[in-house]
Amino acid sequence: MQKNIILAGVGGQGILSIAAVIDWAALQDGLEIRQAEVHGMSQRGGAVQSHLRIADHELYADLIGLGTADLILSVEPLEALRYLPYLAPGGHVVTSLEPFVNMPGYPPLEEIVTRLEGTGHPVLVHAAALAREAGSARASNMVMLGAGAPFTGIAPEKLEAGINALFGAKGQEIIDINIRAFREGLQLSNT
Amino acid sequence: MPLGANQYEPRMNRQLLLGAEAVAQGALDAGISGVYAYPGTPSTEITEYIQRADAAREGEVRSSWSTNEKTAYEAALGMSYAGKRCLVCMKHVGLNVAADAFINSAITGVNGGLVLAVADDPSMHSSQNEQDSRVYGRFAMVPVLEPASQQELYDAMPHAFELSEALRLPVIVRMTTRLSHSRAGVERRRPMEQNAMNAENAPERFVLMPHNARAQYRHLLGLQPMLEALSESSFLNRPVEGSGPLGIIAFGIGFNYAMEARRANGIDCRVLKIGQYPPPRTQVDELFDACSSVLVVEEGYPVYEELFRGYFGSPKVRGRMDGALPRDGELTTDLVASALGVKPPETASVPEIVVNRPPELCKGCGHRDMFDAINIAMQEHAEHHVFSDIGCYTLGALPPYSAIHTCVDMGASITMAKGAADAGLRPAACVIGDSTFAHSGMTGLLDAINDRSPVTVIIADNDTTAMTGGQHSSASGSRLVQICRGLGVDEQHIRTIIPLKQHLQENVAVLREELGYDGVSVVIVQRECIESAAKKKRRAAAAGK
Repeated sequence: MQKNIILAGVGGQGILSIAAVIDWAALQDGLEIRQAEVHGMSQRGGAVQSHLRIADHELYADLIGLGTADLILSVEPLEALRYLPYLAPGGHVVTSLEPFVNMPGYPPLEEIVTRLEGTGHPVLVHAAALAREAGSARASNMVMLGAGAPFTGIAPEKLEAGINALFGAKGQEIIDINIRAFREGLQLSNT
Repeated sequence: MPLGANQYEPRMNRQLLLGAEAVAQGALDAGISGVYAYPGTPSTEITEYIQRADAAREGEVRSSWSTNEKTAYEAALGMSYAGKRCLVCMKHVGLNVAADAFINSAITGVNGGLVLAVADDPSMHSSQNEQDSRVYGRFAMVPVLEPASQQELYDAMPHAFELSEALRLPVIVRMTTRLSHSRAGVERRRPMEQNAMNAENAPERFVLMPHNARAQYRHLLGLQPMLEALSESSFLNRPVEGSGPLGIIAFGIGFNYAMEARRANGIDCRVLKIGQYPPPRTQVDELFDACSSVLVVEEGYPVYEELFRGYFGSPKVRGRMDGALPRDGELTTDLVASALGVKPPETASVPEIVVNRPPELCKGCGHRDMFDAINIAMQEHAEHHVFSDIGCYTLGALPPYSAIHTCVDMGASITMAKGAADAGLRPAACVIGDSTFAHSGMTGLLDAINDRSPVTVIIADNDTTAMTGGQHSSASGSRLVQICRGLGVDEQHIRTIIPLKQHLQENVAVLREELGYDGVSVVIVQRECIESAAKKKRRAAAAGK
């Protein structure tokens, strides 16, 4: 088993929380993990990505090769397109549909969706709306984790255990909101 | 100690650590008594991890931030002099600042183990150059360790301290951005006790007057064969079996890309992994004897490729210097595969509608209001030159502000403004952050005062080292006023303003006055970083619950 996952978004959108949940669950499974992330200047509202690799054999590189990503999981639609050269044949694109516009020249959403649909069968998610249904718009990233979950190679209940572990210190209410958000996303991908 | 490559067994007792954190945990478990550092991407997380550790919070390991890399290195040397193990951390360009102390510490030697963890940034993700710290290792003639994985980084730390104490030399542990900022499972070993205090009175080593320095330098030269012998038996260096005429010498994380490219493409070539320098000569000779072509894979400058190639150029050697690999930038599996003759995969391209998303100042950041005021005040002059420095406020160089026109090295804003003022430029204005001012701005300000150079120094005081994630600043708030006064700035020309929208007009008025003043003036622009303020609020809310 080996999964190469690219997590994409804008600095401050919470892709590292998504990575932390997957990491936690993979570690519990005794798997090998490499998860490269971006610190420093780009975290100030720039494009950020994390290369996440999981395997049941030794991994060497922290970075994913071109054309080898099994999943691009993005919390912002334009950012999903930025990493298409990494997508493996048959790989999946799962992205939120809420644009984060903080630069000039941001293209119309319809054009982004057309390009996303060109990748095959992308999972397009109204993450903020689903997160609000779950109890808080801030849980959008957990909606996206849920939507991407079937392609991570890790059982959803193990990811939920990861959410419990990582949000544990913030109290039961926050855990419940994030679990509900995760399930909203998961349901969308499973139907 | 290296991980077995053949048989996979799930490993259960692991912590998920960034490479930087693996260095920190390794150093803690190697019994350090202190860490000294100045923040700098990608090295900051080493010290932050130690600061959060129980040993630091209980006061057993000292860990607060230093004013700059030079003071950090010298303090670390002092702790080593007293017999204790000490870690000192910085980014690659920080080692330029600490270089005087570092190079000379190879001449004095050390007592307690002294390890310099330095993080390089090839591809310049968050830096102004991509210099390779291994060159400093060769320059100072000390051992350099360059582990290839997070586990190796952890395992390398006790090894580095033992090596340092056995040779009585400082030892460099070098890593690059990708390893420092990537997480993996790391297994810990049993922690060691700290050394007892044991300050040795050895002026013949530590007083570097010429007669001592000459003897110590000869001693350092005499150690070199031993350094090479130690590399031959290091767990960081090992050959990987293979066949065929092509071989790879892979340094540091270059090994990872070589192994990944080899596995993905079914290439069975020999590989020599090197993670301890000077390179193990016997192992290098063996590879060169067995192969007719050798690809040298280095994450950084072609330091050893150049050496293997020689002045007259061996046609056997391939790498960054003959175009097999790019001359600059960080490596990837794809680049190494291409150097091995693999055709690049056919992939989708980035759609043309995807525009760049550069970083920007946070919404609500005080620097935004500061740059608005500076731009208005500067417009009134024929010459618009604002010298600046390294920090979040460097983003003021980008639209919509385009307010600053230089960023070279820590502290250069004040001294470049001074030089330009000496050349006749008026006004000669500069912007520097509070932490950068403490790091290397103060001495430049003293130069301006001694020379009566008319400069307007704008200190953007957000009470933190913000760009690297909000570390404690060595001088901010009222201390900045005291420092400027103490250095000799006329009290009437030390002004403090608050960068808020509602103060724009009065802030412009203050800047206008000081830009027009024919002497040294300082305008302190004071408002807390909004990220730090938000963090404090969250912490207070969590504590209240």
